[in-house]
Amino acid sequence: MPRPGFVLEVDRSTPPILFHHGEGFRLEKLPAGRSRVLYPAEPLPALRDPEGAIRHALANPMGDSEPLSALLFPGMKLTIAFDDISLPLPPMRRPDIRQRVIEQVLDLAAAAGVDDVMLIAALALHRRMTEAELRHAVGDRVYEAFAPHGLLVNHDAEDPDNLAFLGTTDQGEEVEINKRAAESDLIVYVNINLVSMDGGWKSTATGLASYRSLRHHHNVRTMRHSRSFMDRHSSELHHANWRMGKVLRDAGVKVFQIETTMNNDVFGAEGPMSVLQKREWEWSAKDRATFLAMKTGLDRLPMRARRRIFQSWLAPHQMTSVQAGEVEAVHELTTANVYAQHLVPVEGQTDILTMGLPYICPYNVNSIMNPILVMCLGLGYFFNLYKGRPPVREGGVLILSHPTTWEFHPVHHPSYIDFFEQVLSETTDPEVIERDFERSFAEDEWYRHLYRTSYAYHGVHPFYMWYWGSHALAHLGRVIIVGGDVRAVRRLGFQPASTLQDALEMASDVVGRDATITHVHNPPILMADVS
Amino acid sequence: MIRERLAGKRIFITGTTGFLGTNVLERLLRSVPDCDIVLLVRPGRRSSVAQRLKREILKNDAFDRLRTELGGAAVFDELAARRITAVAGDVSRDGLGLDEEGRAALASCDIVIHSAATVSFDSPLDSAVEVNLLGPSRIAATLHDLGVTPHLVAVSTCYVAGNRRGAAPEQPVDESPFFVDVDWRGEVEGARRARADAEAASRTPEQLAGFRKRARAELGAAGTPLLAEKTEQLRQRWVADRMVEAGRARAASLGWPDAYAYTKALGERALLETRGPVPVSIVRPSIIESALAEPRSGWIRGFRMAEPVIISYARGLLKEFPGVPEGIVDVIPVDLVTSAIIAVAARGPQETPDIVQVASGSANPLRYRRLVDLVSNWFAEHPLYDHQGQPIVVPKWSFPGRGRVQSQLTRAKDVLERTEKALSTLPLRGKQAEWSATVEEKREEAERALGYVELYGAYAECEAVYGVERLLALWDALDDADRDEFCFDPRVIDWQRYVEQIHLPSVVEHARVRTTPGGRTGPNREDRLRRQVLAPERQLAAFDLENTLIASNVVASYSWLATRRLPPADRLRFVAQTLRDAPGWLAQDRKDRSDFLRYFYRRYEGAPVEQIDEDSWELFNQLILTKSFPAAIRRVREHRRLGHRTVLITGALDFVVKPLEPLFDDIVAAHLSVERGAYTGEMTGVPPTGESRAQALMDYAAEHDLDLREAVAYADSTSDLPMLEIVGFPVAVNPETRLAALARKRGWLVEHFDKAPGGPRPIVPLAERRGQRTRAGLLTRAMGAAPDLPDLAGDGDGARRSATRTAAQRLATPTRRGGRR
Repeated sequence: MPRPGFVLEVDRSTPPILFHHGEGFRLEKLPAGRSRVLYPAEPLPALRDPEGAIRHALANPMGDSEPLSALLFPGMKLTIAFDDISLPLPPMRRPDIRQRVIEQVLDLAAAAGVDDVMLIAALALHRRMTEAELRHAVGDRVYEAFAPHGLLVNHDAEDPDNLAFLGTTDQGEEVEINKRAAESDLIVYVNINLVSMDGGWKSTATGLASYRSLRHHHNVRTMRHSRSFMDRHSSELHHANWRMGKVLRDAGVKVFQIETTMNNDVFGAEGPMSVLQKREWEWSAKDRATFLAMKTGLDRLPMRARRRIFQSWLAPHQMTSVQAGEVEAVHELTTANVYAQHLVPVEGQTDILTMGLPYICPYNVNSIMNPILVMCLGLGYFFNLYKGRPPVREGGVLILSHPTTWEFHPVHHPSYIDFFEQVLSETTDPEVIERDFERSFAEDEWYRHLYRTSYAYHGVHPFYMWYWGSHALAHLGRVIIVGGDVRAVRRLGFQPASTLQDALEMASDVVGRDATITHVHNPPILMADVS
Repeated sequence: MIRERLAGKRIFITGTTGFLGTNVLERLLRSVPDCDIVLLVRPGRRSSVAQRLKREILKNDAFDRLRTELGGAAVFDELAARRITAVAGDVSRDGLGLDEEGRAALASCDIVIHSAATVSFDSPLDSAVEVNLLGPSRIAATLHDLGVTPHLVAVSTCYVAGNRRGAAPEQPVDESPFFVDVDWRGEVEGARRARADAEAASRTPEQLAGFRKRARAELGAAGTPLLAEKTEQLRQRWVADRMVEAGRARAASLGWPDAYAYTKALGERALLETRGPVPVSIVRPSIIESALAEPRSGWIRGFRMAEPVIISYARGLLKEFPGVPEGIVDVIPVDLVTSAIIAVAARGPQETPDIVQVASGSANPLRYRRLVDLVSNWFAEHPLYDHQGQPIVVPKWSFPGRGRVQSQLTRAKDVLERTEKALSTLPLRGKQAEWSATVEEKREEAERALGYVELYGAYAECEAVYGVERLLALWDALDDADRDEFCFDPRVIDWQRYVEQIHLPSVVEHARVRTTPGGRTGPNREDRLRRQVLAPERQLAAFDLENTLIASNVVASYSWLATRRLPPADRLRFVAQTLRDAPGWLAQDRKDRSDFLRYFYRRYEGAPVEQIDEDSWELFNQLILTKSFPAAIRRVREHRRLGHRTVLITGALDFVVKPLEPLFDDIVAAHLSVERGAYTGEMTGVPPTGESRAQALMDYAAEHDLDLREAVAYADSTSDLPMLEIVGFPVAVNPETRLAALARKRGWLVEHFDKAPGGPRPIVPLAERRGQRTRAGLLTRAMGAAPDLPDLAGDGDGARRSATRTAAQRLATPTRRGGRR
C-alpha cells in the first residue's frame, strides 16, 4: 500500500531538503522550527490490465451515454481528438496511453464499418507536433495507417477554412472549434489527465478552439478569478469552458469523452533518478552516493548536454484509471482519481512558499525552458496546485529555485523572444500587457505563419503564460529566484538571490524575521489541500 | 588715424574663407566703417560665390559680435550687402581667373590684402607652388595688366627665414647671409614636372596592378565598379602622397622646415622681383593662434597647427613630443596680426620693400618648457574624459630629440600594422571583427602622432628669434585711439592668462571632446543612428540573408537538402567530400560570389523539384529558423510596422527562402531552371550579388517609385558594398573585418545580431534522417531500461525509400558536366 502525502515539520534533525533546479538539483537546509515540507504521496498502483480496463470503460460508459460500439455506424464521420505533446509530463514510456486507447477505439470503429476517421492532435495554440512526437503518442501502427493519407493532423487554430463558429454562451463568449470535429457525427476525445485542471469540457472547448474563442477565458480577469484553476469548482477558467460545453452540446456536437489518470511514478523505483522520489531521511548510503555522483556530473556538463539528458527522460508513470462516456460525469470521477494521487491536506498558510522548479513544463517538451516559462511554471502551475487557499498568505513571499537562463528555442518560441525583449522590457503588469500588447502579437502574420507551417507556439502564447501567473502576482508580496541569471530574473520583475539563505534574508524585508515557510516537494506532483 | 586713412577706400582681400582672412574682414567691417570691400572667392564645386560668402564666411561666429552691436541679423545683412562685393576667382590661375566684372572690381581698389595660401604644412608640392609661390606675383601681374598700382599687402610667414638659430630680422629672404640662392622659376618648373612624373609613374602596369590588389584587399569581392573606383582613388592618393613627399624633401634640401615655408619664401622673392610699379608691403606673422580680444577672446576658426597636437596630448595619445625646452615657441594671436595688417595698409606703401614681422619671440618670448607646463597644468585641472567618463591623465614630456620620438612611434606603427594585417586574414565577424577595428584605430593614432611629430616637431625645435623692430616702430607711430582699437604690440600678451584662460578653453570647445565626468547620458551615437534608420519617413528596407538574418550559407542549405534522404554510409562519404571541397569553395566565394554560386548550384542538377520543395519546409524549420537571428527578424518586422517596404535580396535559391515570404513584401532570389520536373543546376539569370544586387535594388526602387536616399540596407560583407553604398542608410550587420573597418570610417550603423541564446547548435548542417524515431534517452540507456525501439526499416516503407534513394544519392554526388544520364 503506497504511503499518502504528508507534511513534515522541519526540526534540527531534518536533513537538507531536495530542491529541483532546472537541469540540476540543490540540497537546502530549511530553518528549523518554522518550516514545513509538503511531500507527495507515493505512486498509486497502476492498472494491472490497462487494455482490459479501457475495453471495459468503452463498453460501460458513464452518464447518459451509450457504449462506444453503439455510437458507431457505417458511413459516419468520426473524429478522434487527443491531447498533445504537453501531456503527460515528462513524456511516458511506450506505449503511450493515447496509443492504447486510440487503437481500441479504431478497432471498434473498424468493426462497425466506419471508414471516415480522422485523428486530430488537439493542441489549441501550442506548437504542431513533429512526426516523431506523433509516432510516440499514437504509435507507429496508427501513424502509418493515417498520417500518409492526411488523416492524422495537427489542429490548426488559424485555418479559416477549417473552423466552425457554433454560437455564443449566455455571457457572450464566442465558441469556435475545428470544423472537421464540429461536423463529425461523433468526437472521441482521448485525455491524459495528469493534473486536475485537464479534461472535462476544457478538452474540446479549448484543445480544438481558435484564438477568437480562447481569448474569452485565457485572460487576466479569468485567471485572477480562478482560485485555483486546478480546482474546477473554484475556477472561472473551467466555468467558462463548461458554458462553452453547453453551446457545443446545444449545437449538436456529440462528444464521447475518454479520460485517464496516471500515478506520479515519474522517476521510477530503480536507476539514478529514483532517489528523487524518496524522502531525504530515508536515503540509503547508495542513494546518497548516486545523488552526489549525478549532481557532480551534471554540474560539470554544459547546459546543452544537461538539457539533452533530461529531455530524453521517459517516465515510467502508468495509468491508474480510465473512464469514458458523457463529459461531465466522466470528469467528476476523473477528478476524484487525480485527487487521490495528488491531494495532501495542509493546515493554514505560511509567510513564505519555496519551490524547486524542475526542467520541464507543458511547453518545453523537447525544447528549452525559457524565463517566461519559468514564470509560468512557478507562478502559474505550481502556485495554483492548491485547493481552498494558497499555502502562502496574501502578501507573502514566493521563493523559486531555477537557473532561469536567458535562453530560448528559436523554432518553438519565436514570439517569446520578442515578448521578452519588447514587452517585458516595458512592463510586467499583466493588465497593461494584455491591454497594450496582446492584439499585435495575436494577429501577427509572421507568428501565424510560423504557428501554421513551422513548429512555433502561437504569437499570443507568451501572453497566456504571463496571465497564468497573474493570480499569484496579485497574491504575493515578492518573488525571489534563487540561482537564476540575474538579468533574466530582473527582466521578469523578480529579485535574484544567489543562495536560499540570501533569499530568506531578502524575504524578511516583507514578512519579518521569524516568517514561517512551506516547501512544496514537487515533482512528483502534489496538490495542497489547505484548510 | 587708421580709420580716417582708410575712409572711402576700396580694399580687395583674398583668402577670407581662412582663419586670418575672416578675422581681417570682420575687423574692417566693424572697426573701419567707411571702407568698401571686394572679396576674391573661389567658386566651390557645388556652390556659387554668393553661397560661399554667406555660408562659409558671414555665418562664422566671428561676425556674431558685429551682428549684436548692429542690433540684429537684418541690419547686418544689409551692411554686408552694401559694403561687400564678392568676385569669383582663384589665385592659382593666371589672371586670377577673373571675369570682366571681377577685373573691373579689382581695378577700382586702392588696397589689396593677399591672405590666400595653402597653409597646410603637408600640402602637395605643386599645389603649394601654385598658390603660395605664384599667388602673390600673379596678383602683381594682374595689376600690371589692368594698369593700376594699388598698395599690395602680402601676408607671408616668419618661417621664410628657414631653419636657423639666432636673430632673423625683417629683411628680404635673399638678403639673409644664409640664403641658398635658387631660381624660383626653376622651382616652379620642377614642381610641375614632378606632378607629371608622378602621374606617369602611377599609371605603369605594375603600379596599377598594385593598386588593384590593395583595393581588393580592402574591399574584398565588392564587384568591378566599386573596385575600379577604389583603385582610382588609391592611385590619386598615391600621386598626392608622392607630391607631399616631394615638397617635404625639396624644402628640407634647401633648409626650410616644410613646403609651406619654402614656397612662401620663394613667393616673396618672386613678388619683389616681378612687382614692377606696384607698391608692396609684406607682413610676416609667426604661428597664428586664437584671438586675444577681437572679435572676442579665444575666437578661432578651423583646427589648426597647435590644436590637434594639444588635443592629442590631452587625450593621452602623444606620450612624447620633441622640442628644445628653452627654445621659443613663437605664437601670435590672430587679432594682433589683423591689426598689424590693417595698420600697414593704412600707413601706405614705403620706399624700400617693406617687411613687417608680427611675432612674439623677441619682444615677449614664450619658452617651450613654460608652454608645456602651462598646458599640462591646465589639463591636470580640467582633464578630458574617456568614453567611460573617466578622467584622462596627461603624460609628462621629457623633451627628447625628434629622432628618438620618431623611431619609437614608427616602431609602434609597424607593430600595429602587422597585427592589423594578421587580423584581416582571419575569418572574423561581428564583435571579433571589432578587435581589428580597435587595432586600426590605434594604428591611425600612432600614425597621426608620427605625422604631428614629423610636421610640427621642427617648429618646437626652431631656435630662430624673429625681430620686430619695424613692427614696434609702426606701433610707436600710432596715436592712442589707434592703439586702443588696433593693438598689435606683442608685449601686451600675458602668456599664462592667454594659454589658460583664452586659448585652451577655446581649443577644447572646438575639439568637441568630453569635458564632463560620468557615464554618457542621453542617446549615444548608435541610438541616434538606429532612430534614423527606424524613422517613419524611410521608404524601403533591403536585407541580405546570410549572416544578416541567419547564420548559414548556401553550402549548409545544400548539405542539409542533400543528406535528408541519404543512407548513413553515403552521408559519411558526403561529409568527407564536403570537408575536402570546402576550402576551395571559400576561396572562390571570396574572389567572386557570383561565379561561386554559378559553380556551386550545378550540384542541384537533376534534383527533383517536388522533393526539394517539400524538403525546403523542413530545411526552414530545422536549419534556417534554428540559425536565424531573432533580433534581425524583429527588425524586418519593425520596418514593416513602420510602413517601410521590405525586400530580401539574396543569392540563395528561391525554394530555400520561400518560407520567409510572409516576412517580406518581396523577395529577390536566384532561380534555377527546370526540365522535366527536375532542376538543371543552371540559373535563369544573374544572381543578385555584388553590383547586380545594387542594380536589383535600384530596379526594385524604380519599379515601386521609392527613393533610395530614404532606403535602409542591411548586409554583412564587402561583397554587399555596392548595395550598401547606393542607399541613404546602410547598416553593417555582424560585419566581417573589412566591412567593420569601412562602416566605422563612414559612420554607418553597426548591428550585432545573434542566434537565439541556448538554441540548438548543429555542428554539421546535416538533416536528421527522415522517419527517424524517438531516440533512446541517454539516461534510459544508461539505466538499461530502454524503451522498445522500433526498427527503422518498417515494412511497406522499403519500396518508397529505394525510390527516393536514387534521387537523394544523385543530389549528394556532384555531377560532372556532360556526364548526365
